[in-house]
Amino acid sequence: MTRALAVLAALLVWAAFTYVNARAEFVNPVLLPTPLQVAQVGWATARSGELVWHVATSLGRVAEGFGMAAVAAVALGLLAGLCVPIRHMLEPVIEFIRPIPPLAFLPMFLVWFGLGEASKIAFIGYTTFFPMFIAVAASVLRVDVMLLRAAASLGASRADLIRRVVLPAAMPGIIVALRVGFGLALFVIVGAEFMGADAGLGHFIMEGRTFFNPAQIVMGALLLGALGSLMNALLVAAERRVLRGGAR
Amino acid sequence: MSRAPLKIQIQKVTKTFARDARSAPAVVDFDLDVAERELLCILGPSGCGKSTLLNIVAGFIQPTSGTVLVDGRPVTGPGAERGVVFQEYVLFPWLTVAGNVEFGPLLQGVAAEERRRTAARYLELVGLAPHAHKFPVQLSGGMKQRVAIARALANNPAIILMDEPFGALDAQTREVLQDELSRIQRVEHKTILFITHSIREAVYLADRVVVMTSAPGRIKRVFDIELPEVRDRFTREFTEYESEITRMVKEEVAKVHE
Repeated sequence: MTRALAVLAALLVWAAFTYVNARAEFVNPVLLPTPLQVAQVGWATARSGELVWHVATSLGRVAEGFGMAAVAAVALGLLAGLCVPIRHMLEPVIEFIRPIPPLAFLPMFLVWFGLGEASKIAFIGYTTFFPMFIAVAASVLRVDVMLLRAAASLGASRADLIRRVVLPAAMPGIIVALRVGFGLALFVIVGAEFMGADAGLGHFIMEGRTFFNPAQIVMGALLLGALGSLMNALLVAAERRVLRGGAR
Repeated sequence: MSRAPLKIQIQKVTKTFARDARSAPAVVDFDLDVAERELLCILGPSGCGKSTLLNIVAGFIQPTSGTVLVDGRPVTGPGAERGVVFQEYVLFPWLTVAGNVEFGPLLQGVAAEERRRTAARYLELVGLAPHAHKFPVQLSGGMKQRVAIARALANNPAIILMDEPFGALDAQTREVLQDELSRIQRVEHKTILFITHSIREAVYLADRVVVMTSAPGRIKRVFDIELPEVRDRFTREFTEYESEITRMVKEEVAKVHE
Protein backbone atom coordinates (compact mmCIF):
# COMPACT_ATOMS: atom_id res chain seq x y z
CA MET A 1 0.00 0.00 0.00
CA THR A 2 2.70 2.49 0.99
CA ARG A 3 4.68 1.30 -2.00
CA ALA A 4 1.79 2.01 -4.37
CA LEU A 5 1.43 5.46 -2.86
CA ALA A 6 5.15 6.12 -3.28
CA VAL A 7 4.97 5.20 -6.98
CA LEU A 8 1.89 7.40 -7.40
CA ALA A 9 3.66 10.29 -5.67
CA ALA A 10 6.69 9.95 -7.96
CA LEU A 11 4.37 9.97 -10.97
CA LEU A 12 2.64 13.13 -9.69
CA VAL A 13 5.97 14.91 -9.19
CA TRP A 14 7.00 13.98 -12.71
CA ALA A 15 3.64 15.15 -14.12
CA ALA A 16 3.66 18.44 -12.19
CA PHE A 17 7.22 19.19 -13.23
CA THR A 18 6.74 18.48 -16.93
CA TYR A 19 3.36 20.23 -17.24
CA VAL A 20 4.66 23.36 -15.56
CA ASN A 21 7.64 23.25 -17.89
CA ALA A 22 5.34 22.81 -20.91
CA ARG A 23 3.71 26.17 -20.00
CA ALA A 24 6.69 28.09 -18.70
CA GLU A 25 9.26 26.56 -21.08
CA PHE A 26 12.26 26.63 -18.71
CA VAL A 27 13.75 24.17 -21.17
CA ASN A 28 12.41 23.08 -24.55
CA PRO A 29 9.33 20.96 -23.62
CA VAL A 30 10.29 18.36 -26.25
CA LEU A 31 13.23 17.41 -24.02
CA LEU A 32 11.01 16.72 -21.00
CA PRO A 33 8.17 14.46 -22.12
CA THR A 34 5.02 14.39 -19.96
CA PRO A 35 3.56 11.13 -18.64
CA LEU A 36 0.80 11.43 -21.23
CA GLN A 37 3.25 11.69 -24.13
CA VAL A 38 5.16 8.67 -22.85
CA ALA A 39 1.92 6.72 -22.43
CA GLN A 40 0.96 7.61 -26.00
CA VAL A 41 4.23 6.19 -27.33
CA GLY A 42 3.67 3.13 -25.18
CA TRP A 43 0.11 2.68 -26.41
CA ALA A 44 1.02 3.13 -30.08
CA THR A 45 3.95 0.72 -29.97
CA ALA A 46 2.02 -1.77 -27.87
CA ARG A 47 -0.85 -1.78 -30.38
CA SER A 48 1.45 -2.38 -33.32
CA GLY A 49 3.05 -5.29 -31.46
CA GLU A 50 6.42 -3.54 -31.69
CA LEU A 51 6.81 -3.17 -27.92
CA VAL A 52 6.16 -6.84 -27.15
CA TRP A 53 8.65 -7.76 -29.84
CA HIS A 54 11.38 -5.59 -28.30
CA VAL A 55 10.73 -6.85 -24.78
CA ALA A 56 10.65 -10.48 -25.93
CA THR A 57 13.87 -10.06 -27.89
CA SER A 58 15.73 -8.54 -24.94
CA LEU A 59 14.37 -11.08 -22.48
CA GLY A 60 15.23 -13.94 -24.83
CA ARG A 61 18.83 -12.76 -25.03
CA VAL A 62 19.00 -12.26 -21.27
CA ALA A 63 17.52 -15.72 -20.69
CA GLU A 64 20.03 -17.40 -22.98
CA GLY A 65 23.13 -15.53 -21.87
CA PHE A 66 22.23 -15.52 -18.20
CA GLY A 67 21.06 -19.14 -18.35
CA MET A 68 24.32 -20.42 -19.77
CA ALA A 69 26.40 -18.30 -17.41
CA ALA A 70 24.34 -19.41 -14.42
CA VAL A 71 24.82 -23.11 -15.19
CA ALA A 72 28.57 -22.62 -15.72
CA ALA A 73 29.00 -20.37 -12.68
CA VAL A 74 27.16 -22.71 -10.30
CA ALA A 75 29.01 -25.80 -11.57
CA LEU A 76 32.47 -24.21 -11.58
CA GLY A 77 31.78 -22.24 -8.39
CA LEU A 78 30.89 -25.45 -6.54
CA LEU A 79 33.99 -27.13 -7.95
CA ALA A 80 36.24 -24.23 -6.96
CA GLY A 81 34.65 -24.05 -3.52
CA LEU A 82 35.15 -27.77 -2.90
CA CYS A 83 38.50 -28.38 -4.53
CA VAL A 84 41.51 -26.44 -3.33
CA PRO A 85 43.84 -27.02 -6.35
CA ILE A 86 41.17 -25.85 -8.79
CA ARG A 87 40.55 -22.78 -6.66
CA HIS A 88 44.24 -21.93 -6.60
CA MET A 89 44.40 -22.29 -10.39
CA LEU A 90 41.35 -20.15 -11.13
CA GLU A 91 41.66 -17.45 -8.48
CA PRO A 92 44.52 -15.32 -9.85
CA VAL A 93 43.14 -15.36 -13.39
CA ILE A 94 39.68 -14.36 -12.26
CA GLU A 95 40.96 -11.72 -9.89
CA PHE A 96 42.76 -10.14 -12.83
CA ILE A 97 39.89 -10.25 -15.33
CA ARG A 98 37.13 -9.33 -12.89
CA PRO A 99 37.95 -5.62 -12.32
CA ILE A 100 37.96 -4.89 -16.08
CA PRO A 101 34.61 -3.23 -16.86
CA PRO A 102 32.78 -5.71 -19.10
CA LEU A 103 31.78 -2.94 -21.51
CA ALA A 104 35.48 -2.60 -22.38
CA PHE A 105 35.19 -5.99 -24.05
CA LEU A 106 31.93 -5.32 -25.90
CA PRO A 107 33.70 -4.28 -29.15
CA MET A 108 35.72 -7.48 -28.90
CA PHE A 109 32.54 -9.53 -28.74
CA LEU A 110 31.23 -7.72 -31.83
CA VAL A 111 34.47 -8.51 -33.66
CA TRP A 112 34.35 -12.16 -32.60
CA PHE A 113 30.66 -12.95 -32.89
CA GLY A 114 29.42 -10.37 -35.42
CA LEU A 115 26.40 -8.10 -35.13
CA GLY A 116 23.85 -10.90 -34.70
CA GLU A 117 22.42 -12.64 -31.67
CA ALA A 118 25.57 -14.51 -30.71
CA SER A 119 27.56 -11.42 -29.70
CA LYS A 120 24.80 -10.16 -27.38
CA ILE A 121 24.21 -13.52 -25.73
CA ALA A 122 27.93 -14.13 -25.29
CA PHE A 123 28.41 -10.66 -23.85
CA ILE A 124 25.68 -11.16 -21.25
CA GLY A 125 27.13 -14.54 -20.43
CA TYR A 126 30.60 -13.06 -19.99
CA THR A 127 29.41 -10.16 -17.83
CA THR A 128 27.27 -12.22 -15.48
CA PHE A 129 29.56 -15.23 -15.14
CA PHE A 130 32.30 -13.76 -12.96
CA PRO A 131 30.27 -12.21 -10.15
CA MET A 132 28.06 -15.31 -9.98
CA PHE A 133 31.04 -17.67 -10.01
CA ILE A 134 32.79 -15.79 -7.22
CA ALA A 135 29.65 -15.60 -5.08
CA VAL A 136 28.89 -19.32 -5.51
CA ALA A 137 32.46 -20.34 -4.63
CA ALA A 138 32.39 -18.03 -1.60
CA SER A 139 29.10 -19.46 -0.36
CA VAL A 140 30.57 -22.97 -0.55
CA LEU A 141 33.66 -21.85 1.37
CA ARG A 142 31.46 -20.27 4.04
CA VAL A 143 29.70 -23.55 4.87
CA ASP A 144 30.19 -24.07 8.62
CA VAL A 145 32.72 -26.82 9.30
CA MET A 146 30.63 -27.83 12.33
CA LEU A 147 27.75 -28.83 10.02
CA LEU A 148 30.18 -31.07 8.12
CA ARG A 149 31.41 -32.57 11.38
CA ALA A 150 27.87 -33.21 12.57
CA ALA A 151 27.00 -34.98 9.31
CA ALA A 152 30.25 -36.96 9.23
CA SER A 153 29.63 -38.25 12.76
CA LEU A 154 26.20 -39.42 11.56
CA GLY A 155 27.96 -41.51 8.92
CA ALA A 156 28.03 -39.19 5.90
CA SER A 157 30.41 -40.11 3.06
CA ARG A 158 32.11 -37.38 1.02
CA ALA A 159 29.35 -37.59 -1.59
CA ASP A 160 26.72 -37.34 1.16
CA LEU A 161 28.46 -34.29 2.58
CA ILE A 162 28.37 -32.49 -0.77
CA ARG A 163 24.81 -33.43 -1.63
CA ARG A 164 23.18 -33.22 1.79
CA VAL A 165 25.20 -30.55 3.58
CA VAL A 166 27.28 -28.33 1.28
CA LEU A 167 24.55 -27.84 -1.34
CA PRO A 168 21.69 -26.98 1.03
CA ALA A 169 23.95 -24.89 3.27
CA ALA A 170 25.27 -22.92 0.28
CA MET A 171 21.82 -22.57 -1.32
CA PRO A 172 20.96 -19.13 0.12
CA GLY A 173 24.26 -17.79 -1.21
CA ILE A 174 23.70 -19.42 -4.60
CA ILE A 175 20.26 -17.86 -4.93
CA VAL A 176 21.61 -14.42 -4.08
CA ALA A 177 24.34 -14.96 -6.69
CA LEU A 178 21.68 -15.72 -9.31
CA ARG A 179 19.68 -12.63 -8.37
CA VAL A 180 22.71 -10.41 -8.69
CA GLY A 181 23.61 -12.03 -12.01
CA PHE A 182 20.14 -11.56 -13.40
CA GLY A 183 20.06 -7.89 -12.42
CA LEU A 184 23.40 -7.43 -14.11
CA ALA A 185 22.17 -9.15 -17.28
CA LEU A 186 19.30 -6.69 -17.58
CA PHE A 187 21.81 -3.91 -16.96
CA VAL A 188 24.20 -4.77 -19.76
CA ILE A 189 21.76 -6.00 -22.42
CA VAL A 190 20.87 -2.37 -23.11
CA GLY A 191 24.51 -1.51 -23.76
CA ALA A 192 24.90 -4.50 -26.06
CA GLU A 193 21.77 -3.54 -27.99
CA PHE A 194 22.96 0.03 -28.48
CA MET A 195 25.53 -1.36 -30.86
CA GLY A 196 24.26 -3.05 -33.97
CA ALA A 197 20.91 -4.48 -32.99
CA ASP A 198 17.65 -4.39 -34.95
CA ALA A 199 15.40 -5.22 -32.00
CA GLY A 200 15.36 -5.20 -28.21
CA LEU A 201 14.81 -2.51 -25.61
CA GLY A 202 18.30 -1.07 -26.10
CA HIS A 203 17.56 -0.70 -29.80
CA PHE A 204 14.14 0.81 -28.97
CA ILE A 205 15.82 3.45 -26.80
CA MET A 206 18.51 4.16 -29.39
CA GLU A 207 15.78 4.56 -32.02
CA GLY A 208 14.20 7.19 -29.78
CA ARG A 209 17.47 9.07 -29.94
CA THR A 210 17.93 8.65 -33.69
CA PHE A 211 14.44 9.95 -34.49
CA PHE A 212 14.60 12.52 -31.71
CA ASN A 213 11.71 11.13 -29.71
CA PRO A 214 12.56 11.57 -25.98
CA ALA A 215 9.18 10.10 -24.98
CA GLN A 216 10.28 6.80 -26.55
CA ILE A 217 13.56 6.88 -24.60
CA VAL A 218 11.68 7.39 -21.34
CA MET A 219 9.20 4.65 -22.27
CA GLY A 220 12.07 2.20 -22.87
CA ALA A 221 13.74 3.10 -19.58
CA LEU A 222 10.48 2.74 -17.63
CA LEU A 223 9.91 -0.68 -19.17
CA LEU A 224 13.38 -1.80 -18.10
CA GLY A 225 12.67 -0.62 -14.57
CA ALA A 226 9.39 -2.49 -14.50
CA LEU A 227 10.96 -5.67 -15.87
CA GLY A 228 13.79 -5.48 -13.35
CA SER A 229 11.50 -5.08 -10.36
CA LEU A 230 9.17 -7.79 -11.62
CA MET A 231 12.01 -10.26 -12.07
CA ASN A 232 13.45 -9.39 -8.70
CA ALA A 233 10.08 -9.93 -7.03
CA LEU A 234 9.79 -13.33 -8.74
CA LEU A 235 13.28 -14.34 -7.63
CA VAL A 236 12.65 -13.21 -4.06
CA ALA A 237 9.46 -15.30 -4.03
CA ALA A 238 11.41 -18.28 -5.38
CA GLU A 239 14.03 -17.73 -2.69
CA ARG A 240 11.39 -17.81 0.04
CA ARG A 241 10.05 -21.07 -1.30
CA VAL A 242 13.45 -22.74 -1.45
CA LEU A 243 14.47 -21.48 1.99
CA ARG A 244 11.25 -22.32 3.78
CA GLY A 245 13.03 -22.92 7.04
CA GLY A 246 14.48 -19.43 7.08
CA ALA A 247 17.87 -21.07 7.06
CA ARG A 248 20.51 -19.55 9.30
CA MET B 1 34.00 -50.79 36.09
CA SER B 2 36.90 -52.94 34.96
CA ARG B 3 34.55 -55.92 34.52
CA ALA B 4 32.86 -54.52 31.42
CA PRO B 5 34.80 -54.76 28.12
CA LEU B 6 36.73 -51.66 27.08
CA LYS B 7 34.91 -49.63 24.47
CA ILE B 8 37.26 -46.67 24.01
CA GLN B 9 41.00 -46.81 24.66
CA ILE B 10 42.89 -43.54 24.52
CA GLN B 11 46.58 -44.43 24.38
CA LYS B 12 49.43 -41.96 24.91
CA VAL B 13 47.62 -39.23 22.97
CA THR B 14 49.51 -35.97 22.51
CA LYS B 15 48.20 -33.04 20.50
CA THR B 16 50.22 -29.97 19.56
CA PHE B 17 48.60 -27.41 17.30
CA ALA B 18 51.04 -26.36 14.62
CA ARG B 19 50.20 -22.69 15.06
CA ASP B 20 51.32 -22.56 18.69
CA ALA B 21 54.55 -24.47 18.21
CA ARG B 22 56.17 -22.29 20.85
CA SER B 23 53.49 -22.73 23.49
CA ALA B 24 52.74 -25.94 25.37
CA PRO B 25 50.81 -28.74 23.63
CA ALA B 26 47.07 -28.99 24.35
CA VAL B 27 47.21 -32.62 25.54
CA VAL B 28 50.26 -34.67 26.57
CA ASP B 29 50.54 -38.47 26.88
CA PHE B 30 46.90 -38.92 27.74
CA ASP B 31 45.79 -42.45 28.67
CA LEU B 32 42.20 -43.34 29.44
CA ASP B 33 39.93 -46.37 29.03
CA VAL B 34 36.17 -46.08 28.85
CA ALA B 35 34.19 -49.23 29.56
CA GLU B 36 31.16 -50.31 27.59
CA ARG B 37 27.90 -48.68 28.81
CA GLU B 38 29.84 -46.35 31.06
CA LEU B 39 29.06 -42.65 31.34
CA LEU B 40 32.39 -40.97 31.90
CA CYS B 41 32.71 -37.26 32.58
CA ILE B 42 35.89 -35.36 31.85
CA LEU B 43 36.11 -32.33 34.08
CA GLY B 44 38.74 -29.64 33.91
CA PRO B 45 39.48 -25.92 33.84
CA SER B 46 38.89 -24.19 30.52
CA GLY B 47 41.79 -24.53 28.14
CA CYS B 48 42.89 -27.88 29.60
CA GLY B 49 42.41 -29.64 26.27
CA LYS B 50 39.29 -31.62 27.13
CA SER B 51 37.46 -30.58 23.96
CA THR B 52 40.58 -31.35 21.92
CA LEU B 53 40.48 -34.84 23.39
CA LEU B 54 36.84 -35.29 22.42
CA ASN B 55 37.54 -34.06 18.89
CA ILE B 56 40.30 -36.65 18.59
CA VAL B 57 38.01 -39.46 19.77
CA ALA B 58 35.34 -38.22 17.34
CA GLY B 59 37.93 -38.35 14.54
CA PHE B 60 37.58 -34.66 13.66
CA ILE B 61 41.27 -34.02 14.32
CA GLN B 62 44.28 -36.32 14.32
CA PRO B 63 46.51 -36.64 17.39
CA THR B 64 50.13 -35.56 16.95
CA SER B 65 51.09 -38.92 18.47
CA GLY B 66 49.31 -41.79 20.17
CA THR B 67 46.15 -43.64 19.15
CA VAL B 68 42.50 -43.97 20.02
CA LEU B 69 40.99 -47.45 19.75
CA VAL B 70 37.26 -48.12 19.56
CA ASP B 71 36.42 -51.81 19.98
CA GLY B 72 40.13 -52.43 19.53
CA ARG B 73 40.33 -50.73 16.11
CA PRO B 74 42.13 -47.41 15.62
CA VAL B 75 40.05 -44.31 14.88
CA THR B 76 40.97 -42.72 11.54
CA GLY B 77 38.06 -40.33 11.05
CA PRO B 78 34.47 -39.60 12.08
CA GLY B 79 32.06 -42.54 11.99
CA ALA B 80 28.42 -43.39 12.58
CA GLU B 81 29.24 -45.61 15.59
CA ARG B 82 30.42 -42.47 17.46
CA GLY B 83 27.56 -39.97 17.68
CA VAL B 84 28.43 -36.41 18.72
CA VAL B 85 26.38 -33.82 20.59
CA PHE B 86 27.88 -30.33 20.35
CA GLN B 87 27.58 -27.39 22.71
CA GLU B 88 26.16 -25.22 19.89
CA TYR B 89 23.65 -27.93 18.84
CA VAL B 90 24.72 -27.73 15.13
CA LEU B 91 21.34 -28.69 13.73
CA PHE B 92 20.82 -28.57 9.96
CA PRO B 93 18.84 -25.32 9.60
CA TRP B 94 17.26 -26.29 6.26
CA LEU B 95 15.67 -29.44 7.71
CA THR B 96 12.70 -29.72 10.05
CA VAL B 97 13.11 -31.18 13.52
CA ALA B 98 12.00 -34.57 12.16
CA GLY B 99 14.31 -34.17 9.15
CA ASN B 100 17.25 -33.59 11.47
CA VAL B 101 16.47 -36.68 13.52
CA GLU B 102 16.01 -38.76 10.35
CA PHE B 103 19.33 -37.62 8.90
CA GLY B 104 21.41 -40.56 10.18
CA PRO B 105 18.93 -43.27 9.18
CA LEU B 106 18.57 -41.53 5.79
CA LEU B 107 22.32 -41.85 5.21
CA GLN B 108 22.12 -45.53 6.13
CA GLY B 109 19.48 -46.06 3.46
CA VAL B 110 16.62 -46.81 5.87
CA ALA B 111 13.22 -46.75 4.12
CA ALA B 112 11.10 -43.59 4.58
CA GLU B 113 8.39 -45.29 6.62
CA GLU B 114 10.83 -46.73 9.12
CA ARG B 115 12.78 -43.46 9.30
CA ARG B 116 9.62 -41.67 10.27
CA ARG B 117 8.87 -44.23 12.97
CA THR B 118 12.41 -43.99 14.37
CA ALA B 119 12.27 -40.19 14.42
CA ALA B 120 8.87 -40.23 16.08
CA ARG B 121 10.12 -42.61 18.76
CA TYR B 122 13.15 -40.51 19.67
CA LEU B 123 11.27 -37.22 19.50
CA GLU B 124 8.82 -38.79 21.90
CA LEU B 125 11.72 -39.80 24.15
CA VAL B 126 13.01 -36.21 24.36
CA GLY B 127 9.48 -34.76 24.61
CA LEU B 128 9.45 -32.95 21.26
CA ALA B 129 6.87 -34.96 19.33
CA PRO B 130 4.54 -31.96 18.90
CA HIS B 131 7.38 -29.91 17.33
CA ALA B 132 8.41 -32.41 14.63
CA HIS B 133 7.48 -30.10 11.76
CA LYS B 134 9.16 -26.95 13.07
CA PHE B 135 12.49 -25.66 11.84
CA PRO B 136 15.45 -25.18 14.20
CA VAL B 137 15.18 -21.35 14.13
CA GLN B 138 11.77 -21.70 15.75
CA LEU B 139 13.13 -23.54 18.79
CA SER B 140 14.67 -22.46 22.11
CA GLY B 141 18.20 -23.55 23.03
CA GLY B 142 16.98 -26.34 25.27
CA MET B 143 14.69 -27.67 22.56
CA LYS B 144 17.49 -27.52 19.99
CA GLN B 145 19.74 -29.57 22.24
CA ARG B 146 16.94 -32.11 22.72
CA VAL B 147 16.73 -32.41 18.93
CA ALA B 148 20.50 -32.89 18.74
CA ILE B 149 20.32 -35.65 21.35
CA ALA B 150 17.43 -37.33 19.50
CA ARG B 151 19.38 -37.01 16.24
CA ALA B 152 22.39 -38.75 17.78
CA LEU B 153 20.26 -41.51 19.37
CA ALA B 154 18.19 -42.18 16.22
CA ASN B 155 21.38 -43.18 14.43
CA ASN B 156 21.86 -45.86 17.11
CA PRO B 157 25.57 -45.32 17.79
CA ALA B 158 27.31 -47.45 20.43
CA ILE B 159 29.13 -44.36 21.68
CA ILE B 160 27.94 -40.80 22.23
CA LEU B 161 30.48 -38.02 22.63
CA MET B 162 29.07 -34.93 24.32
CA ASP B 163 31.07 -31.71 24.28
CA GLU B 164 29.72 -29.49 27.06
CA PRO B 165 26.24 -30.15 25.65
CA PHE B 166 24.37 -28.13 28.28
CA GLY B 167 26.97 -25.37 28.63
CA ALA B 168 25.00 -22.81 26.63
CA LEU B 169 21.73 -23.34 28.50
CA ASP B 170 20.29 -21.52 31.50
CA ALA B 171 20.53 -23.23 34.90
CA GLN B 172 16.94 -24.52 35.02
CA THR B 173 16.94 -25.93 31.48
CA ARG B 174 20.30 -27.45 32.22
CA GLU B 175 19.04 -29.48 35.16
CA VAL B 176 15.95 -30.59 33.25
CA LEU B 177 18.15 -31.88 30.43
CA GLN B 178 20.48 -33.60 32.91
CA ASP B 179 17.44 -35.42 34.30
CA GLU B 180 16.42 -36.39 30.79
CA LEU B 181 19.85 -37.62 29.82
CA SER B 182 20.05 -39.67 33.03
CA ARG B 183 16.64 -41.19 32.28
CA ILE B 184 17.53 -41.87 28.63
CA GLN B 185 20.80 -43.51 29.61
CA ARG B 186 18.92 -45.90 31.90
CA VAL B 187 17.00 -47.04 28.79
CA GLU B 188 19.60 -46.80 26.05
CA HIS B 189 22.82 -47.83 27.85
CA LYS B 190 25.25 -46.07 25.53
CA THR B 191 28.93 -45.57 26.19
CA ILE B 192 29.08 -41.85 26.83
CA LEU B 193 32.09 -39.58 26.99
CA PHE B 194 30.83 -36.34 28.46
CA ILE B 195 32.89 -33.14 28.64
CA THR B 196 31.85 -30.53 31.16
CA HIS B 197 33.18 -27.88 33.48
CA SER B 198 30.26 -28.24 35.87
CA ILE B 199 31.14 -30.38 38.89
CA ARG B 200 27.51 -30.79 39.90
CA GLU B 201 26.64 -32.00 36.42
CA ALA B 202 29.51 -34.49 36.45
CA VAL B 203 28.57 -35.93 39.85
CA TYR B 204 24.91 -36.11 38.84
CA LEU B 205 25.51 -37.98 35.58
CA ALA B 206 28.76 -39.91 35.71
CA ASP B 207 29.79 -43.41 36.63
CA ARG B 208 33.33 -42.04 36.74
CA VAL B 209 34.65 -38.48 36.80
CA VAL B 210 38.09 -37.73 35.41
CA VAL B 211 39.57 -34.48 36.72
CA MET B 212 42.16 -32.99 34.38
CA THR B 213 45.06 -30.72 35.22
CA SER B 214 45.35 -27.29 33.64
CA ALA B 215 47.21 -27.10 30.33
CA PRO B 216 48.76 -29.30 29.17
CA GLY B 217 45.93 -31.62 30.10
CA ARG B 218 46.77 -34.74 32.08
CA ILE B 219 44.66 -36.83 34.42
CA LYS B 220 44.83 -35.47 37.95
CA ARG B 221 42.50 -37.97 39.53
CA VAL B 222 39.69 -40.37 38.70
CA PHE B 223 36.62 -40.60 40.96
CA ASP B 224 34.28 -43.58 40.94
CA ILE B 225 30.88 -42.12 41.72
CA GLU B 226 29.21 -44.76 43.85
CA LEU B 227 25.72 -43.29 43.97
CA PRO B 228 22.42 -44.91 42.97
CA GLU B 229 21.37 -44.73 39.30
CA VAL B 230 18.61 -42.27 40.10
CA ARG B 231 20.37 -39.47 41.93
CA ASP B 232 19.35 -36.76 44.30
CA ARG B 233 21.44 -33.58 44.20
CA PHE B 234 20.73 -32.86 47.88
CA THR B 235 21.89 -36.02 49.65
CA ARG B 236 24.96 -35.88 51.87
CA GLU B 237 26.88 -38.37 49.70
CA PHE B 238 26.25 -36.24 46.63
CA THR B 239 27.49 -33.05 48.24
CA GLU B 240 30.54 -34.85 49.62
CA TYR B 241 31.60 -35.85 46.11
CA GLU B 242 30.82 -32.35 44.97
CA SER B 243 32.97 -30.62 47.59
CA GLU B 244 35.87 -33.04 47.24
CA ILE B 245 36.02 -32.57 43.48
CA THR B 246 35.55 -28.84 43.88
CA ARG B 247 38.64 -28.61 46.08
CA MET B 248 40.65 -30.51 43.50
CA VAL B 249 39.48 -28.37 40.58
CA LYS B 250 40.16 -25.17 42.53
CA GLU B 251 43.80 -26.16 42.88
CA GLU B 252 44.07 -26.44 39.12
CA VAL B 253 42.25 -23.19 38.42
CA ALA B 254 44.57 -21.45 40.92
CA LYS B 255 47.57 -22.71 38.95
CA VAL B 256 46.28 -21.06 35.80
CA HIS B 257 46.14 -17.72 37.58
CA GLU B 258 49.59 -17.95 39.14
